[in-house]
Amino acid sequence: MNQAQVEFVLRVADDSLILGHRLSEWCGHGPILEEDIAMTNIALDLIGQATTLLNHAAALQGKGKTGDDLAFLRFDREYRNLLLVEQPNGDFGMTMMRQFLFDAYRALLFERLQTSSDEMISAIAEKSLKETKYHLKHSSEWVIRLGDGTEESHDRVQESLNTLWRYTDELFYADAVEEEMLKSGVCPDLSDLRAQWEQTVHHVLNEATLTLPTNNWKQEGGRKGMHSEHLGYILAEMQYMQRAYPNMEW
Amino acid sequence: MVTSADIWQWLEEVSDPEIPVLTVVDLGVIRSVETDGKTAHIVITPTYSGCPAMKMIEEQIIEKLNEKGIDECTVELTLAPAWTTDWITEAGKNKLREYGIAPPENEPDKTVLFAKPTVVPCPKCGSANTRMISLFGSTACKAHYQCNECLEPYDYFKCLR
Repeated sequence: MNQAQVEFVLRVADDSLILGHRLSEWCGHGPILEEDIAMTNIALDLIGQATTLLNHAAALQGKGKTGDDLAFLRFDREYRNLLLVEQPNGDFGMTMMRQFLFDAYRALLFERLQTSSDEMISAIAEKSLKETKYHLKHSSEWVIRLGDGTEESHDRVQESLNTLWRYTDELFYADAVEEEMLKSGVCPDLSDLRAQWEQTVHHVLNEATLTLPTNNWKQEGGRKGMHSEHLGYILAEMQYMQRAYPNMEW
Repeated sequence: MVTSADIWQWLEEVSDPEIPVLTVVDLGVIRSVETDGKTAHIVITPTYSGCPAMKMIEEQIIEKLNEKGIDECTVELTLAPAWTTDWITEAGKNKLREYGIAPPENEPDKTVLFAKPTVVPCPKCGSANTRMISLFGSTACKAHYQCNECLEPYDYFKCLR
């Protein structure tokens, strides 16, 4: 088993899983029917990505576990998702801002991962990129619409940006895991990812008449399993059935 | 003896659970069919990562082949190359239109924000005077449109490339 590779796949997988779960919380609560459907559709894509990624992580581990075991039976410190994706939904503007900051990063990541030496990862990346481009278009357009909308929508989405900005540094977190993945060709060089991400983000925020936060205080920890207080609540809801009724099937 | 051509033909009897007017062959999700005359191995690919219909498609394929006398049938799921709406057959596109779902059109690059939405003619009256209601529709693969002429609300099978 290649520990670093398992770790790397979990980082990508858990972002999809946790954000997918967060978005699914909107089911039946969307501000309008169309957006209720849109958010749950995106959640479905993300949960689908998480399924294949977690199955792959379980196979790489070689301990006889399944993707479901990894999704439903790990403890909070074993999750590797970004702090950004576990942040509460807030209002619709907050959810779209979180989605936009993430989608802009995700599209770039999947674009690169298409050349991964791990064939499963490159296949998942090729498939997921097509979906992610669509998500990014949707979230970008909403950020612009809300930012350049009414005074109320502008102020609220600006506030969301100010709140979430501290979690964006972590998108580019890299440690020994990424270093090793670069060496083995599993993950291509990501050093210029931030510059490209900033380009997209600046472009959209500018169109949205939003101001880039000047607060440079940044928070990280998710990639190492150190999460915000919110993850525990997500897991309590997500894992309840498997914990209460072990091995139950739908 | 059963040939792969027979199996391809039988698969034409298996319909997509969410869009029953399309067969799995029309949809382009069947990637390969192998048979030695007694057993069969079918490779399928999902339309979207989270498409909930895949499991059912797999079960229906096995059921259909069992019914045709192939007792040992395995279905494998592959992700690469990734499915694209370009694989929907011409027959499939026509069936979609007749069923009331607008088939995929050539769409501009998704990186263009607020691009003028692709003209998606109304499947009911054929008018090009239509508008997009939502990028996302009743399933992951569809968007929601409405015709400005006959007022028909309809699904659009969005272009995935």
